[in-house]
Amino acid sequence: MNPQDGLSPPAATALRAALDQALARVLPEQLAGPTADVLWWALLGTLILAVIQVSMLYATWLERKAVGRIQNRLGANRVGKFGLLQPIADMVKMLTKEDITPSGAHRWVYNLAPILVVPPAILVFAVIPVGAGLVATDLSVGFLFFIAVSSTVVIPIVMAGWGSRNKYALIGAMRAVAQIVSYEIPQVLSVIGVLLMAGTLSTQGIISSQGVAVPPYGSFPGVWFVLVQPVAFVIFMLATVAEIERSPFDMPEAESEIIAGYHTEYSGIKFGMFYLSLYFLTIAAACLGTILFLGGWQAPLAALSFIPGWVWFSGKTLLLVLFFMWLRGTLPRLRVDQMMGFCWKILVPLALANLMVAGLVGKLAKQADASPLFTLAGFTLANLVLVAVAVWLLVAWRSRVGGPAVGLRPPTVAEGAA
Amino acid sequence: MTDNWGFVVVFGLIALSIPILAMIMAWLFRPHRPGPIKQSTYECGLETTGETWIQFRVQYYLYALVFVLFDVETVFLYPWAVAYNQLPLFALFEMFLFLAILALGLVYAWRKGALEWS
Repeated sequence: MNPQDGLSPPAATALRAALDQALARVLPEQLAGPTADVLWWALLGTLILAVIQVSMLYATWLERKAVGRIQNRLGANRVGKFGLLQPIADMVKMLTKEDITPSGAHRWVYNLAPILVVPPAILVFAVIPVGAGLVATDLSVGFLFFIAVSSTVVIPIVMAGWGSRNKYALIGAMRAVAQIVSYEIPQVLSVIGVLLMAGTLSTQGIISSQGVAVPPYGSFPGVWFVLVQPVAFVIFMLATVAEIERSPFDMPEAESEIIAGYHTEYSGIKFGMFYLSLYFLTIAAACLGTILFLGGWQAPLAALSFIPGWVWFSGKTLLLVLFFMWLRGTLPRLRVDQMMGFCWKILVPLALANLMVAGLVGKLAKQADASPLFTLAGFTLANLVLVAVAVWLLVAWRSRVGGPAVGLRPPTVAEGAA
Repeated sequence: MTDNWGFVVVFGLIALSIPILAMIMAWLFRPHRPGPIKQSTYECGLETTGETWIQFRVQYYLYALVFVLFDVETVFLYPWAVAYNQLPLFALFEMFLFLAILALGLVYAWRKGALEWS
């Protein structure tokens, strides 16, 4: 939807032209251009916001239904047909609920946290392309922008935990920080393998370097990166679930241990802001997975490319969101020591090894001038070898220490357990 | 490719306005009846004991230190990854050396027990 990239839908281009003309009539020449830009950006931003807001509301409905079905319940079904108005009812409830500020809280920090937790979760959608040319701004550092902005939610989370002056909230906040910063490492390391193939950080560029030809926008060689780098995809998905604090990695808000973690003391709309932010981040993470590994808005076969790109993009994103919900409905919560051990002792070394393997195989295929099919076979073989070696090492480690690998079991008395 | 940072600024302002507007709306609609019991710290009905803002266990900070090491590393990896297709085989092995040094750092932290949650 960027008028400069030449790929905007005709309706957007026409609207932009009409806006330019209308402003040129009422404003002096120097002012008309910038004003049109700002108005256009505000229009685009509001449109994106409306779309993700509706998606978020119905993601909460979908989650209730999906998890309900997994647990043999019906899920929300009272408000409206199939409970479809439930998200609206929730919103009204949050808006009209009394706001309680604990008397011991640090007022500024406590009240600022729910305001600051939302913008990063919205801002990441600026670089998410939903179709060819359908991106608000195709930054050349798109992926870096996404990671940088989304990781700033850590700061309001600490503010919430610290400002509440509640021990459970503080523990939850500390857990959240340790978890989010730790899992960022395997997440980014696994994606660098993909960036090697794509040769760009732009989200549109990453999509263009995988998938099949889409007639009006030229043809792109290659295949989806999930086929080239399956191990990277698995690491990325696991690390992402931890990044967005969803079950089974939801220790920061484990209700059986620390009430609700860092948002224990928040009620009404302030709690709603944390909820909003987490759901926005969930959708954004699913979008990122689609962009990096599932070919973004591209059809799986050239014959299917008559279906518009945004349909493919939404479908793939919805699949990943449903996958997150399926995880939540199926897996029990981990322990904190298991979670940190899993990150640093298994995911980080595996991601490093995967990066080296991807770099080596890609370069060798290029040096040997291998055909795409042969290159893909090479990557598949390399990934299989990598998984085999990793499993062998894990089994060897397990037999040496006896029982589950260190970090995946409670510490023994000899190791200093209380 | 167009680097349109102007949009990012405008979109950031819109994003910031959402929680502020929501707070103002809630402030208009919600009841306000504070009380000493209601405003006490919520710790499952028990009186809170001791100071909350204490020095926290060192384990969290050790993870943060290891994180800084690896985060700076990934910053160096981005330009390498983007230029990868134009680089000769030699540059690949240079990067392997860099990764090996960092892996050594991870092994050191592991052996020193910085990764143990005890």
